[in-house]
Order: sequence, then structure tokens, then C-alpha cells
Amino acid sequence: MNIFLHELKSYLKSVGIWSLANFLIILVYFSAFNTIALEAVQLEEMLSSFPQELLIAFGMNDMNFSSVLGFFGVVFLFCQICLAIQASNYGFSLVSIEERELTADFLLPKPISRGKILTAKLLAAFLALTITNLAVWASSFLVINLNRDGRTYDVQTLVLILSTIVIFQLFFLSAGVVISLLMRRVRSVIPLSMALAFGMYILNVFGTMVGEDKLEIISPFRHFDPNTILANGAYDLPLVMISVAVIVVAIPASYILYGKRNITAAV
Amino acid sequence: MSIIEVDHLTKYYGKARGIIDVSFEVEEGEIFGFIGPNGAGKSTTIRLFLSLIYPTSGNAKIFGKDCIKYGPEIRQEIGYLPSEVFYYEGMKVLDLLKYSASFYKKDCTKRLFELADLMELDLKRRIDDLSYGNKKKVGIVQGLLHSPKLIILDEPTAGLDPLMQQNFFNLIKEENQAGATVFFSSHILGEVQRLCNRVAIIKEGQVIKLQDIKTLQKDNYKKIRILADDLDQKTFDLPGVTNLSREDGALSFFYKGDINQITQAISKLQLQDVVIEEPTLEEIFIHYYE
Repeated sequence: MNIFLHELKSYLKSVGIWSLANFLIILVYFSAFNTIALEAVQLEEMLSSFPQELLIAFGMNDMNFSSVLGFFGVVFLFCQICLAIQASNYGFSLVSIEERELTADFLLPKPISRGKILTAKLLAAFLALTITNLAVWASSFLVINLNRDGRTYDVQTLVLILSTIVIFQLFFLSAGVVISLLMRRVRSVIPLSMALAFGMYILNVFGTMVGEDKLEIISPFRHFDPNTILANGAYDLPLVMISVAVIVVAIPASYILYGKRNITAAV
Repeated sequence: MSIIEVDHLTKYYGKARGIIDVSFEVEEGEIFGFIGPNGAGKSTTIRLFLSLIYPTSGNAKIFGKDCIKYGPEIRQEIGYLPSEVFYYEGMKVLDLLKYSASFYKKDCTKRLFELADLMELDLKRRIDDLSYGNKKKVGIVQGLLHSPKLIILDEPTAGLDPLMQQNFFNLIKEENQAGATVFFSSHILGEVQRLCNRVAIIKEGQVIKLQDIKTLQKDNYKKIRILADDLDQKTFDLPGVTNLSREDGALSFFYKGDINQITQAISKLQLQDVVIEEPTLEEIFIHYYE
């Protein structure tokens, strides 16, 4: 419990910043909705003259600018990128920070097993991510209702889209942890989390451009593509299961790797 | 009872040597010195005790229990001061010490303040802002605040001023008199000599000598310095004489063997001055490393 609280405290500032960032993204982009929705026909005509690849890159292919959720889908994609970077950051630094800042020499000689340390850290990171998750929920409902200007939307579909966040976050968190434990030393977290988050994003974009399911099926951006959920009104369950499978493998693997890890002295 | 039992402990980092086939025991109540130069394997041995790293082969027992299998349990009674100081960003000294105390079953609050007072530590400051020496003091307090039965020190005095070192040594002696066993790793021989009962010398990953500190100094070598008329180096070309050197007209050397033989040789000379003394551990140590 002491480690959990200590960890949670260390996340507070970061959680605040990420929650605010998500709120601002939703607010700024979605505030433009009314203006754009009025000119949706002209805009869609204009966009149709753009190369299809460009539209895919920004998640603007098969987009419906006059519908509330159609527009929200694009905004949500930006939130997903933020959430992916945040969760990857937490994942990559979860245990590596102790080795980098030599606090492992403080923590590990304490009378506590590594398994318990990892559990406390994972739970604290997950709670921190969940606070951001809730901030996205609240911001989405708030901003949509302030700006929809009488247009209706299907609440259930919005709930469906927002419900993906938890697995989406866990994917990047657990992948970050297990990759950091496979590495001998994590010198810097930001490049790694950027690479993981944008790497997955780009994989999905290329996949959609080429139009085949290959490597991109490992990308959570693919599993939880808001446009697909909008179009079908449901998840693509087999794809969601890939995300779940990654989490289910990565977390136990992290326990095994951390349990065996040699914490060498500072170099 | 042996507090630490090390049995053929070996650690390789990939192909790089950590320690090779190290065996020794540390008895209850003693202050055990562990000396060797940087990179000899001192920290590796300590990290194995604390299961920060895992052995390639062999094992170590602390309080009679395997230090990996019963790690969390035995660490209730271990206090560790790492050679490198650590901190959590933005934490105040008191917060860190309380965090440290929260891992132990017993209430450590009283001892925490006593120790902080003794080390003249300002509890309200942020650890980031502290000097290296002051961070080291935080390390000392967090390592001792739960009154551990075994204190493991990894080059503890680096960064402490002489006065603080004195305080620290007194503290360690007090803890020892109150029943704590101390494992003291260092490359500074003077401090080991001051504090320890027994000493192990480690060189390139192997323990090359394990001895009572008094035996190490007394039974082996005498350090002799002679100033005399017509001094001839050849006079002392005797078995047992080593490191013979001439300096400012005086001869100095180490002697190991029957003391009568050397005094007879000296008595033949017209002496101006003679000094026969115990070599410092430093000098013995250099001898082992040649």
C-alpha cells in the first residue's frame, strides 16, 4: 500500500497535464463542429478532391462532417494518440525509472518481494490512467453537448467508443513494461514511448492505405478505430481480442522478467 | 551463529566476471571488513546478499536462510547503505525517511529522529537540493532507522567530512555493541583497520585472504627502518626480507620470520636509529596486490 500511494502521488502532476491536454483537444477541435457542419457538403466535396492517402493519414476518409459522432471520430483519434503516448510513458518508466535514478538500490533492499512491488506499481499506473480516461469521458460529453446545437447523436455509440479507452491504455502500458524489461537498460523513456505510440498509429494508417490486413492487425489504433465502430455500431471483436491477448501475455511476462532481473549498479 | 554464510558464490555478467567461487562466513556480533580496489567484486557480493542480482552458481545464507528464497523476510532485519546515493525527485528528507520506515513491521519513528539529530540532518529540505555528503547522511539514516540486526555498508564514508565520518563510525560501533553485525565494504584500509575485527581481501573477483585483523598486522610482517654508519644493502640480503629500499641514507624493508635473526643482523651495525613497527594495513594490502 505504501508503494502504491507513493507511486500514485508521483503521477498526480502528469495525470493533470494529460487530462487537460485531452480536454483541450476535444474542446478546440469540437468547437469548430458547428461551423463545419453547416458547410459540410462543400467541405466534403473539397476533401474528395484530395488524395485518398492524405485523408487516411488523418483519419478523415469516410467521414461524415455533418453528424456529431462522425466529427467526434476524428477528434477522438487525436485523443487516442495522446492516451497512447501517456500509457507508453508510464509503461516504459514503470520499473526502469528506479534503475535510472538509482532508487532501485533504495526500494529493492526493503523487505518486500519484487512481485508485490510490480503489483503496486501497475495498479498505481492503471489508476492514474483511469483518471485521465474519466477526464476524456467527461470532456467528451461536456463538449459535445455544448456544441451540438440541437443535432442528435446516439449516446450508446459514444459510450461504445469511449469504452475502448481502458483496453487501449492497458495495451500500451503493458507493452511498455514488458519491452522495458526486455531491454538491458532504458536510458530515455520519451523516444521509446513516441516510437511505440506513433509506430502503432502509422502501422494502422499504412494498413488502411494498402487495404490489406497484415502487420497492422497488431495495432490498437486498428482494433479501436472510431470510424469502424461508428460504421458498424459494434466492435470488431476478433481484433479487440488481439489487444486483450497482448495484455494477457505482457503482464505475466513482466512479472517473470522482473522477478529474474539483475539490477546492476550504476554505470 | 553465522549471520552470513557464503558458499562458493559465483556471478558472471554474461562473460564479464563478477565474483568467482567466493566462500566465507560472518559471525554474529562482529564487524567484518571487505576490502579490495574498485571492480574487485565488493558491490557484486553485496548485491547478491540483497538479491538485487542473482548468482550464476553457489549460494548465500543470511540468518541461516537462503537470501533469494527468503529475501523479503530476511531483509526485515538488514540495513543497507549503498555506495551511490539515490533519491525520488521532489521528495523531502522526512518524507523519504518515513517512506523507508513504512516498509518495516516495527515503529521506527523515534529512532528516525534520533539518527537524524545525530547526523545533523535537516529533515525539511528537498533531497534534490542536498549536497552529496548530506545525501549520504540520508542514506545512513534510512539504512539504520529500523535497528537492523545486520548492517551492510558499501563504501559508506565517501563524501562525508572527517567529523561526520567520526560520528558515523561511533554510530556503527554503538549499533555493533547493541548486537548488530556489520558487513563493511571499503577500499580505504585505514577505516577498515579502525573498525573491523576480521577482514576479507578480494582481488579480481576472488577472496585471496581471510584473516583476523590483528593477525594480519602482527603475525606476518614487521616494518623496519634503519639508519646506521656504513650501511650496506647487502647486509640485509636475508630470507624473509622484502621491499628493501634505500632512502635518505636509511634502509627500510618488511621482514617476516624469526625476529631474532633480524635483530642479530641489526646488532652488528653501528646504529643511529632503528624503528621496528607494525605495517599499516595499506602496506600489507599493497603487498597482496603485487
